[in-house]
Amino acid sequence: METINFEDRFQEYVDSEQKVEPKHWMPEPYRKTLIRQISQHAHSEVVGMLPEANWISRAPSLRRKVALLAKVQDEAGHGLYLYSAAETLGADRSDLVGDLLSGKAKYSSIFNYPTRSWADIGAIGWLVDGAAIANQVMLCRTSYGPYARAMVRICKEESFHQRQGYEIMLSLCRGTKEQKEMAQDALNRWWWPSLMMFGPTDKESTNSAQSMNWKIKRKSNDELRQEFIDKTVPQAEFLGLTIPDEHLELDEKTGHYQFGPIDWEEFYQVLKGNGPCNKERLEARNKAHDDGRWVREAANAFAKKTLERKGENSAA
Amino acid sequence: MENPLLSYTLFLADNSLITGQRLSEWCGYGPILEQDIALSNIALDHLGQARMLLQYAAEQKGEGWTEDRLAYFRDEKNFRNLLMTELPKGDWGYTVMRAFLYDTYHFYEMTGLLQSKDEQLRAIAQKAIKEIRYHAQWSAEWVIRLGDGTEESHQRVKGSLLELWPFTGEFFETDEAAIELNGRGIAPNYAHIRTQWKAKVEEVLELATLERPEDGWMQSGGRNGAHTEHMGYLLAEMQHIPRSYPDAQW
Amino acid sequence: MSDTDNWKIWEVFVRSKNGLSHKHVGSLHAPDAEVALKNARDVYTRRSEGNSVWVVPSEAITASAPEEKEALFTPADDKVYRHPTFYEIPDDVGHI
Repeated sequence: METINFEDRFQEYVDSEQKVEPKHWMPEPYRKTLIRQISQHAHSEVVGMLPEANWISRAPSLRRKVALLAKVQDEAGHGLYLYSAAETLGADRSDLVGDLLSGKAKYSSIFNYPTRSWADIGAIGWLVDGAAIANQVMLCRTSYGPYARAMVRICKEESFHQRQGYEIMLSLCRGTKEQKEMAQDALNRWWWPSLMMFGPTDKESTNSAQSMNWKIKRKSNDELRQEFIDKTVPQAEFLGLTIPDEHLELDEKTGHYQFGPIDWEEFYQVLKGNGPCNKERLEARNKAHDDGRWVREAANAFAKKTLERKGENSAA
Repeated sequence: MENPLLSYTLFLADNSLITGQRLSEWCGYGPILEQDIALSNIALDHLGQARMLLQYAAEQKGEGWTEDRLAYFRDEKNFRNLLMTELPKGDWGYTVMRAFLYDTYHFYEMTGLLQSKDEQLRAIAQKAIKEIRYHAQWSAEWVIRLGDGTEESHQRVKGSLLELWPFTGEFFETDEAAIELNGRGIAPNYAHIRTQWKAKVEEVLELATLERPEDGWMQSGGRNGAHTEHMGYLLAEMQHIPRSYPDAQW
Repeated sequence: MSDTDNWKIWEVFVRSKNGLSHKHVGSLHAPDAEVALKNARDVYTRRSEGNSVWVVPSEAITASAPEEKEALFTPADDKVYRHPTFYEIPDDVGHI
């Protein structure tokens, strides 16, 4: 009798562009990789709320205020959709959140940088969301069904986020001298961390090849980074801002921009916890979680009482 | 003196604006993602209502006034919001209790405005009432849940209720403008709103196993621009960018 | 896992407009049905995606299990007689 190699059959199945669904058989490393990636993604959405929420109370017009609040609220929703997707793989949200709070789980390093001026809110929407969208559009076609569906929903909602950011930059660049300086300063600070969002180069990236094989990832880090740069440079030119990279140059032959070396030492330091705001971000999440415990407990206690009362009533 | 309609429009607008500003402080810090999202939704509703009302007030004021100029370039003494709305957000239970006391009042106030003879206020009320009905229901349910939850939650919201109660008297104060507008069928009768509010609050507090505090000395002053010390900080934070760059567009 | 502050999972179904079925959109955590319903509205219909919402405790759902490991790899498309193209009708008959 022919022995069936489930890993091979799984690979064939994925190769035929069919979606894997929660109850399907899947190799354990596939499940683990997904749980890790999806939960990191969820943590990034939730921690990512903090640097932007920092400016809700100070947004300089009411229109900007409601747009920013709606946007940060969306990030909470996206975190929630992603935790839901991870839970379809048998993970428990409280365990995942526990790993974030203890510092064991990673989240996108970009959120460990401070938002110093209102222009940072524009730069984040334009660059950070722009980079995130490049990644997320790719993930709409990821092989795991619930993850792909969450991404479709997220991409639909994200579409206003980047526009919101770019519009802020546009207002600043068309504004006073101080405003334009503010915008340039924000671009200077957010440009390189945004490029780092795509992760290490393909040569250095340890998990990438397997993720590509399983069609969890559909494009490599370097491909996505290049796409982002090619798309973003003309947008900066339109704003009249200068990208802080002296090596940046359009290669006429390939149509792609060549860019200078990325400071990976900084990337790994921030990842390790040495970024300017790592400590604050984790403290803020821990505090919110701890301060909320009595509320969550009370709601559970009330739900239990209500059920018991219903039981008594129907018994009587 | 400002004309009564303008002064009343600003009173309504400032209540919504300051409530929205305070509630939005929870974004990113709620007790669980689901409730973070819920409260941000409510904050957005209040800010949306504030914008409609401020736009109406700006229209009445004319001379280049806009919603933003009203929000960002008025000094503290010209804000007319109720003192309760400007108090710091406290813990989640405090925020929920304040929301309940205010939302219940806001609901009856807006219900009254559905009959307003002022076309614009009536239109705003028609749009806002659905949101406010939801707020009032949401916060009442949470007061019940926390009041009748655990011993800790009961003690916490009980404390919040006692702290907030002296700020409820101001809801029903009527100044000259309000009396005149009520006579003209523009503003509702606040004595009537008080009766409705009291009945509803008592009903919900009973379900929450909380006792209604006795009416004692009530705080007052918001309508006339005499605010708590918290208001200055709230405005400093909210207004500082436009005030630092008065010529800039954002 | 059994911490007193963990809320249980609910599955959310939204009907986007009358005439359509409720469709599964995702899940959320809530202590009871009342909160679950309100949270579902806030989480899954922020852009007026729906006019009716169902919430069901995830534990109340019984899902069909793909039969052992084979099911994933053998799509059940052997019942060709369920498909219209299985039946041969002369073209002259026109559209059926």
